[in-house]
Amino acid sequence: MDVKHVGKLANLPLSDVELKKLETDLENVLELVNHIQDLDTSNIEPTFQVTGLTNVTRPDKVDTSRMLPQKGFFKVKSIFS
Amino acid sequence: MLVDDTISNLSTRLKKKEISAVDIATECLEQIEKLNPKINAFITQVNPKTVLNHAKKIKLTTSLSGIPYVLKDAYITKDLRTTAGSNVLSNYIPQYDATVVSKVNSAGSILLGKMNMDAWGHGGSTENTDFSPTRNPWDITRVAGGSGGGPAAAIASRMCSFAIGEDSGGSIRNPAGWCGITGLKVTYGRVSRYGSIAYASSFDTVGPTAKTAEDCALILQYIAGLDPYDATSSPLPVGNYLSHLREDIKGKIIGLPKEFMGKGLDSEVKQLVLQAAKKFIDLGAKVEEVSLPTLEYGISVYYLLAPSETSSNLARYDGIRYGNGRDKFTPETMRRIMIGTYALSAGYYDAYYKKAQQARTLIVKDFEKVFNRCDMILSPVSPTPPTKLGELINDPVKNMLADIYTLTTNTAGIPALALPCGFTKTGLPVGMQLQGPMFSEKLLLQAGYAYQQTTSWHVQKPQL
Repeated sequence: MDVKHVGKLANLPLSDVELKKLETDLENVLELVNHIQDLDTSNIEPTFQVTGLTNVTRPDKVDTSRMLPQKGFFKVKSIFS
Repeated sequence: MLVDDTISNLSTRLKKKEISAVDIATECLEQIEKLNPKINAFITQVNPKTVLNHAKKIKLTTSLSGIPYVLKDAYITKDLRTTAGSNVLSNYIPQYDATVVSKVNSAGSILLGKMNMDAWGHGGSTENTDFSPTRNPWDITRVAGGSGGGPAAAIASRMCSFAIGEDSGGSIRNPAGWCGITGLKVTYGRVSRYGSIAYASSFDTVGPTAKTAEDCALILQYIAGLDPYDATSSPLPVGNYLSHLREDIKGKIIGLPKEFMGKGLDSEVKQLVLQAAKKFIDLGAKVEEVSLPTLEYGISVYYLLAPSETSSNLARYDGIRYGNGRDKFTPETMRRIMIGTYALSAGYYDAYYKKAQQARTLIVKDFEKVFNRCDMILSPVSPTPPTKLGELINDPVKNMLADIYTLTTNTAGIPALALPCGFTKTGLPVGMQLQGPMFSEKLLLQAGYAYQQTTSWHVQKPQL
């Protein structure tokens, strides 16, 4: 694994020492999970969620009881007209 | 002690005015003051004065009214610090309550605090926490289990009556087993996840932890159900868990999967689970050996999918909108983010992420096949009794294997009840679990209740 590249993708600030340690640790983890390559999954549909619910929607209405106070924010002039 | 008793007994005594909510709260607060410095179960404690004022004013409207409880620190609570066990959120004050928190609070339970956990749920020992490990009340040189070690240790040491835990791969069941208490991992979607800090969204479940199956049934009655704010919560009607609790389990078929009883399993744990199987036969159930051949891929599937989901869920913690920077993640969390990012990255997606999702289908089918023959599956919760502090956190691979019996439950989405089934010769608690088909909580609680009527493991408590 190119840990430096993956660390960049993951937006993790990693020092050279940490990268070195991760390289060994992650190789061990990959060795363990690579066992999955022995399993025949040809023509098997993937399961992304287990309850089979689809297209769950609710009315697009403002629920004033759930509006959050915008504490700690500040206003700027609008950028888009 | 008052909190040795079940919730329903406490509730009856409250209504008869034999005891008051202040009495129970006072007892818990004293216990916390005395034992928490030793156990380290809490991350954030609610001010004792606030707790007592709350107890004074409580109206007894439900069976949960006036009962003190704690939350795993994975649930957001309005105006009360919520950390998920991580320094990334060391100063985070949420603006609203999780659905489960609103439900329990509006039933009148009294919140005592937010409990220690492996950061983001990443671990099985509550050692991967930025708030120092929780100690096992049965032996403080050992871990309490994880990721919800804090809630479990607090119940075992009688600092509260019950807890709301969160289980993505065993986080309710593993600490329940290692602390000698009872915990229910619900079917995916049975309880709303709204306001539960996400670890792995398609694995995360919200459930009760308490001392008995009866308590778990009572709590589940109040927290289960559809929530418009969680699109993955189930629209199926909520069962009546309490009114069926006393039905017997005569003729029920309990499967004992041979893959759960083999290599790597501690011999004392094995003996105790087999003794429990005999007890179920005495109660009228039939026990049969079954096979779940895909179990051997369970670790691979889980440790590809859960890290993938967590790498995406934790991407939001960039220190810009709230919380601290990404340098505050622990090494274990960084490892999981890295594995997940790798499994999802260009060139590796098909070989890892997609392959694991396909294997997940096979695991689901394996369970379905077994449940065509049996009503439930009995197995150990963990392969060993509670480990020594430092044993798991210093060995990433060993840490992963500690969850071997619990994580496929989450991969398949099915429910499981963990309950005590005995003690090792050295006095450490051992847990077993009953897994059932989707939405079979009612049956699992019945079986757990029946078992606890004829055994007394669940009433034992540590000498502290």
